[in-house]
Amino acid sequence: MHASLAAVLVQGGQATAEAAGHFEPFYPGLIILLPLIGFLLNGVLALRHGVASATAVRGGGELDLDTGGRPATHTLPSLIGPGVMLLAFLLTVVNFTRMLGAHIEEPVVISYWTWMATGTFTVDAAIQLDQLSMIMMMVVTGVGFLIHVFSVGYMKADSGYPRYFAYLNLFVFFMLTLVMGSSYALMFVGWEGVGLCSYLLIGFWFSDKEKADAGKKAFIVNRIGDVGFLVAMFLLYVTFGTVDFVAVFHDAETLAYGGSLVTAIALFFFLGAAGKSAQIPLYVWLPDAMAGPTPVSALIHAATMVTAGVNLVARSSVLFALAPVAGATVAGVGVLTALFAATIALKQNDIKKVLAYSTVSQLGYMFVGVGVGAYSAGVFHLMTHAFFKALLFLGAGAVIHSMHEAYHSTHSHEDAQDMRNMGGLKAHMPITWVTMWIATFAIAGIWPFAGFFSKDEIIWQTAAFGGATHAPYPMLYTVYWVIALAAAMLTAFYMTRMMVMTFHGTNRTGEEESKHLHEAPVVMWAPLAVLATLSVVGGWINVPESIRESFLGLGPLTSEWLHHWLEPITAQATHIQAANLGELSHSAPVGGGEFMWALISTVLAIAVVATTFRMVGQKEIVPAAQDVELTGFAKVLYNKWYVDEFYDRVIVEPILRTSRFFWKVIDAGIIDGVVNGVGWTARGVGFVISMFQTGSVNTYAFILTVGVLVILGVSIF
Amino acid sequence: MINSMLESIGYTGWILHALIWMPILGMGLVLWAEEETAKHVAFWWSAVVFVLSLGLWWAFDPSEAGMQMVSQTSWIASWGVSYSLGIDGISLFMVMLTTFSSSIAILGSFNYIKVRPRAFYSLMLLLEAGVVGVFSATDVFLFYVFFELTLVPMYFIVGVWGGERRIYAAIKFFLYTAFGSLLMLVGILYLFYKAKTLLGFPTFAYADLLQVPLTGTEQLWLFAAFALAFSVKVPVFPFHTWLPDAHVEAPTPGSVILAAVLLKMGTYGFLRFLLPLFPVAAQHPTVVTTMLVLAVIGILYTAWVAAVQPDAKKLVAYTSVAHMGFVVLGIFALTVNGLQGGLVVMISHGISTGALFLLLGMLYERRHTRQIADFGGIARVAPLLTSAFVLTALASIGLPGTSGFVGEFLALLGAFETHRVFAVIASLGVIFAAYYMLPMVQKVFFNALDKPENREIEDLSRREMVILAPLCALMIWIGWNPTPILTRMEPTVRAVLERVEAAAPSGQTSITLEDGSQVVIAPADAQAPLVDPELNDDPPDDAAVIDGE
Amino acid sequence: MITPALVLSAVLFVIGTLGVLVRRNAIIMFLCIELQLNAVNLAFVAFSRLHGIEGQIFVFFVMTVAAAEAAVGLAIIISIFRHYETVNVDNFKLLRW
Repeated sequence: MHASLAAVLVQGGQATAEAAGHFEPFYPGLIILLPLIGFLLNGVLALRHGVASATAVRGGGELDLDTGGRPATHTLPSLIGPGVMLLAFLLTVVNFTRMLGAHIEEPVVISYWTWMATGTFTVDAAIQLDQLSMIMMMVVTGVGFLIHVFSVGYMKADSGYPRYFAYLNLFVFFMLTLVMGSSYALMFVGWEGVGLCSYLLIGFWFSDKEKADAGKKAFIVNRIGDVGFLVAMFLLYVTFGTVDFVAVFHDAETLAYGGSLVTAIALFFFLGAAGKSAQIPLYVWLPDAMAGPTPVSALIHAATMVTAGVNLVARSSVLFALAPVAGATVAGVGVLTALFAATIALKQNDIKKVLAYSTVSQLGYMFVGVGVGAYSAGVFHLMTHAFFKALLFLGAGAVIHSMHEAYHSTHSHEDAQDMRNMGGLKAHMPITWVTMWIATFAIAGIWPFAGFFSKDEIIWQTAAFGGATHAPYPMLYTVYWVIALAAAMLTAFYMTRMMVMTFHGTNRTGEEESKHLHEAPVVMWAPLAVLATLSVVGGWINVPESIRESFLGLGPLTSEWLHHWLEPITAQATHIQAANLGELSHSAPVGGGEFMWALISTVLAIAVVATTFRMVGQKEIVPAAQDVELTGFAKVLYNKWYVDEFYDRVIVEPILRTSRFFWKVIDAGIIDGVVNGVGWTARGVGFVISMFQTGSVNTYAFILTVGVLVILGVSIF
Repeated sequence: MINSMLESIGYTGWILHALIWMPILGMGLVLWAEEETAKHVAFWWSAVVFVLSLGLWWAFDPSEAGMQMVSQTSWIASWGVSYSLGIDGISLFMVMLTTFSSSIAILGSFNYIKVRPRAFYSLMLLLEAGVVGVFSATDVFLFYVFFELTLVPMYFIVGVWGGERRIYAAIKFFLYTAFGSLLMLVGILYLFYKAKTLLGFPTFAYADLLQVPLTGTEQLWLFAAFALAFSVKVPVFPFHTWLPDAHVEAPTPGSVILAAVLLKMGTYGFLRFLLPLFPVAAQHPTVVTTMLVLAVIGILYTAWVAAVQPDAKKLVAYTSVAHMGFVVLGIFALTVNGLQGGLVVMISHGISTGALFLLLGMLYERRHTRQIADFGGIARVAPLLTSAFVLTALASIGLPGTSGFVGEFLALLGAFETHRVFAVIASLGVIFAAYYMLPMVQKVFFNALDKPENREIEDLSRREMVILAPLCALMIWIGWNPTPILTRMEPTVRAVLERVEAAAPSGQTSITLEDGSQVVIAPADAQAPLVDPELNDDPPDDAAVIDGE
Repeated sequence: MITPALVLSAVLFVIGTLGVLVRRNAIIMFLCIELQLNAVNLAFVAFSRLHGIEGQIFVFFVMTVAAAEAAVGLAIIISIFRHYETVNVDNFKLLRW
């Protein structure tokens, strides 16, 4: 039945024949297939390379890579890795432009084969092309391609080079499965698949126990969320008999608004999203995930994978719109995470840790957006965030790369990622410096950079939602709004602090080392430049009406393009919301319209950036080795509110203790004790009875005779 | 084309006999061969058997629910025992899995078995014959004979070629399972006499015994007898403690066969006997709850126990119990999805756990230790081995895109349809699977290569690659395209469930026999509705029902 | 009519049984077992007058078995004697736990 439904959709169903007829997908399957091919090719190369280096290790040494310039083993992966990504991106662009011209209302589902069919449950291996998946594909392949290119430079000297690209390609394959799959089941394939690649890439330098641990932690914490995803799928199946997007969303309207069933489904999905997108209480893996190579952090832990949860909620907008409690939970968790992570970011000294918590915080914003029903705003922030956060990470990568080579030149073991060891890098790395400032302005929400439009939209929508005619919990949303504003100020602060500590002031790397600091090669700074451009103009595709009319909106240049583009996806949810909540508010809880608050927030952001710049700039920063330990509240923040320690104490250790108890006491003690006890009893009884076996023939004969006589006696009398 | 070719050689007529008797013939060949060549003879012979069994895939009619390729010869006529074979959608894959893993296990033992190779390989072939017999017998007496027959070679394989505590493990294995199956024998005899009285002639034929009407109480007692036998074999918590010992002590090929097919005999028994023969008992709420509770405990408890094992092989052995818990969960969900999921877990577990044992055996051959702490950083010296292990481990913990996911997902889905709470608790097993598997993988293959002995570890040899390649390919193939398998089992699974459901339609307390007599059975509780009505019954608000568009 | 024969048979059997029980010499015990067998044979023959030919046929079987037993038994005793230089059964207690 669903297969035929899919077939109908490919050719354009009755209702959509007119509209869908225009959209001719252009080898969409190839988009997903190309990274897989890349993975297979690079995988073979990686294995060959691995075998060669293993032989060297067995011989007692290491495979010598420093043969001058780029090792020969790196040539092919350098071509294949970014190559397949470029092809996939170009294909996506072709499909995107075709869809642009088509104005389709219904998603296009292309089925390839029946994945699972039990007779009562059927899932096709099918991809779904619609406005949302198209945006996600553009981001994944586009940003993905840039990061692949960057990696060619960043990983140049690494001995696991082919393996790195194999993993990276595999990641993109799963990520595309996640965003293009036509059912929750397929999305789950991508969902766990990206988790796997994240695991492999975080633990890329697996010889380091700490890094391998971080990968493992990411996988396990993600799996906690995945259980939520699974249960939500089960609920969908018993309710609708299918987990296909099209069918589920079509039937979802039969669910009662605010019913416990739909609330449960939505909340379980959100548990999954919280795991993947690092929200409270499952965010702990993301900061640790910084153990992976920095481009990986940019691709997986900033731009794409961690936004999968947002994609999930936006995709399931109908379900979340039907469940106001779930919506409030999503927004609440999002805003709390945004604030919480921002506070931790204030006191971190590792440049990647700052960015990691910043990512957690920004993901919180996205969830606020999708939680208050502003699905397009959430996706919008997802997209702009992909630009500027990828840029920040890649910039950090360039810095670390440079720092690392500086320390390498003197064989120093100082921390190349500690900002206390940096300072004044702008003189050495001007391009990185400029591009990272652009990204900082974007994330801080300063006009006219991309982040301004997307973040402001979310904050505004929170206010508007709380002020709706029949808003479920108006006070709650007011609180959300205030927190979101406050967290935005914190963002501006910690990002400026990071920039100042890294690029400004005097250099603290060391006398000899600083001579080796240098700008990144072109293969690394070119992606930075592209992303910087996107961080500037990326926000212009979705300027709200009310702002567009003012000077902030860059004149008639843009309009709510993304919002309109995503309308086919969100229309159903918007209807449900409009019918149940009434009209959204046009003023903030304390008064003032959208334009006014946009102006206020950008002015505030500029003010915070300027003040922080002066404040941190005047403070004397000492290199990490000479720094004193923090005290008081700053120490709590530096130690991340001790959440990891808390989890260890309350969850991890009890589980380990219980495991040992189960093994030693219950399994080996009680159960096996009973089993062995039965054995010993049988032996004991046997031993006693064996006493009667004297070995003397006469005794036996005597007993035999007595026995015969007894039997005879009994049978006679 | 393949079908017509098979037809022209009368494939369906002789294949099942061949699959049982060829390994026994092979025993003779192995015993006759030289000590050095015995392994090659055994491998090639079992490979031929496997290739022959491949034809089943095409010869099997996927639309047919009942027994296929049936052949029947009277054996002990006065007791109504016959040598009758046949396969259906449940046993088809078990038979193929047996022939496949037997040849893989034999190939995997080439370096491991140093003493008495002829005896070893002839026992392996005997084991293969016995297991194929279990899966293809359609006479209950014959089934029992084969069921017990498998004990003997396995006992010797563990007891002679095993590790240090091999005697303890072998006796434990033997007594544990023999104890369970004796109770089953009593049950079989009860059924036999009941059938003889009712039908008027002695018979052990499965199809005849299905016709025997049993009261609810009788069913419960017989169910208990059969269930105990099979639960020990599966093993279901708390009858599992023989398994870790047997696995740790058994030589690699023994472990592979044990995990891949011997455990499956238990769950196969659930599907073949418990559900169809005692449908009333099988859906009795207490029985179902008990089995589900044991399954869920098995999944979570053994996962936790596995996580703290210092011995890698013991760890994997415990995970077997957890996996089989998913099978039991799926079966007693009594839904199409659940049963099919359970069957896929059986197949998938056979492949992935078999592969894990092979890989651990390869590590053992190199380092002569199984302690996780003795390893570390192996990935640097053996990248191929590591890749294969990681892939297998991922299939084992049910990562989507591998065979493990399909099975666990369907089993959980099926369980969720009828028993939500159990399904939700069981799905926590997904987390704990990662909790036991990943630390082991990390400690063995990742971390620093800090022990000099580990530096010398060789990567996979060509023979080892030949062993692992088909296993890895199957894991991925089933993960992405399980439909051909699912469609072949679906009719049989449906037939089983229909039988269970027909046993106690609501309001009816008796069933009519073919001769028109009425037999009273205990009323079973009405099945739970698919969707809990309460969940969806919230009082709607004014604008609650949203219009389309 | 057959009573005297049965009485004789019973007396012979009791003598044989007591011999097996009280004597320690393996040869003597062995002879006593033969005595028991022949007592039974006598009873068989006697009963065959009442119940037909089967009793006599059975005697042949018993005699055959007795002959075989004598051959094997004596051989064992001889080999035991060669080994231990005694046939006193009290000395043979190896077949015990």
